[in-house]
Amino acid sequence: MSVSNSEHIVTSYEDELTDLARAISEMGGMVEAAISAAINALLKLDHETAKQIIAADKAVDEMQRKIDETAVSMIARRQPMAADLRMIISSVHVANDLERIGDMAKSIARRTLQIDGNKLAPQFYNGVRHMTDLILNQIKDALDSFANRDTAAAIAVCERDDEVDALYMSLFRELLTYMMEDPRNITQCTNLLFCGKSLERTGDHATNIAEAAYYLETGKNLPVILEEKAQQKS
Amino acid sequence: MNDSTTITPPSEAASVQPVFEGAGSRPKMTGQNVNVFYGEKQALFDVNLEIEANQVTSLIGPSGCGKSTFLRSLNRMNDTIDICRVTGNILLDGQDIYDRSIDVVELRARVGMVFQKPNPFPKSIFENVAYGPRIHGMVQNKTDLDEIVTSSLKRAGLYEEVKDRFAEPGTSLSGGQQQRLCIARAIATKPEVLLMDEPCSALDPIATAIIEELIDELRENFTIIIVTHSMQQAARVSQKTAFFHLGKLIEEGATDEIFTNPRDKKTQDYITGRIG
Repeated sequence: MSVSNSEHIVTSYEDELTDLARAISEMGGMVEAAISAAINALLKLDHETAKQIIAADKAVDEMQRKIDETAVSMIARRQPMAADLRMIISSVHVANDLERIGDMAKSIARRTLQIDGNKLAPQFYNGVRHMTDLILNQIKDALDSFANRDTAAAIAVCERDDEVDALYMSLFRELLTYMMEDPRNITQCTNLLFCGKSLERTGDHATNIAEAAYYLETGKNLPVILEEKAQQKS
Repeated sequence: MNDSTTITPPSEAASVQPVFEGAGSRPKMTGQNVNVFYGEKQALFDVNLEIEANQVTSLIGPSGCGKSTFLRSLNRMNDTIDICRVTGNILLDGQDIYDRSIDVVELRARVGMVFQKPNPFPKSIFENVAYGPRIHGMVQNKTDLDEIVTSSLKRAGLYEEVKDRFAEPGTSLSGGQQQRLCIARAIATKPEVLLMDEPCSALDPIATAIIEELIDELRENFTIIIVTHSMQQAARVSQKTAFFHLGKLIEEGATDEIFTNPRDKKTQDYITGRIG
């Protein structure tokens, strides 16, 4: 049963659920901006922005703590059921994934500070550039699917995760080639490899958010549904 | 059934499909197309519900939804209301309890009831529990009676608290103890089914927790059907939940499923506090 359009008899409960949804949106916006800024800082080797991203991660962590506290308080005081219970539990999961994406942005920013621009050939960036658009779209679509309870969009995000994995493998092989060509590339390429891994993991967290969106709307576990579908096809 | 009821032929009754998916063994009780009228007013509409043996089934819904009416029809408590008329079938182990051949007193010994407000008889603690077995001729001598009273009080989790005060009036006990005394009284006649109508609504949280723990233990030996306004209580104690609204059974299923992912919007709205 999907989320009801009706409002609660107790308006303060309704307000708390609305505030929770708003907090998730706000945190989503913060994290989207952080990962986008981290990628830009990496591509431009903008150390100043990288430092700002590292410092700003505390606000994301604080936001997650607030969402967790709100959820615990609502469970204790409201004894939520059905769609409300799913909203609260899903919010906790999504806030956790958003916090991890924030960590990925911080990790990319930290790597950016270690990269020496003078020793970096432009083609080293190819793999990261290829991943960028897809990752940013994955986060946006996952957050939209959660906000709009859009199961079709949630499924699309999950299905696109294979593309993210494929791009990461491609980046891995490419950077490995550069390292084999000249061992002096190893330090720079390793830093970029870690950034690529952070982007790949960001994609995994976007998938988790899409799964939470699917659970929120249907009460069902999306990976199980997709596996059943795959088995039926085979 | 009495004169004013409609009897469905057994062959037709047997063809009614089970409505609870996953119900394996034969249900302990079954309601088939149950309609209940109070005079001209219809209180229940075509209710089909299977009650599994040794499970706790919760009946939930807003006031006036028909859940207590359905509960009371399961041991013909509605017979005491002159204007009440029941149609359809209610089966206990496959036998229609409204059949003419059914002895209502014997039926109520098999399908016991615990009421909302603890209502011990104005008698001693011992006599409260001994009364049922005695009038049903279940005991031959004092030793048998002592045995039944003691075991019933133990099963109801009250024995240790009252073993030295059997002669004191039942009404001298606390509210929670009185309700457990009523449960001991209900199980003393060795019923197969126990109907509970809001058994904890007059109790504090500790007494409620003790009764809930007791319900969980009792289901090993009894089939329990509980009407409750507390959805948290339904979620805690039952394995199956049925939601009634305006006299209709809207949805029934595994309690876990009803409280996390109900199928019907009315169920969702009720359990999340969106309709009164």
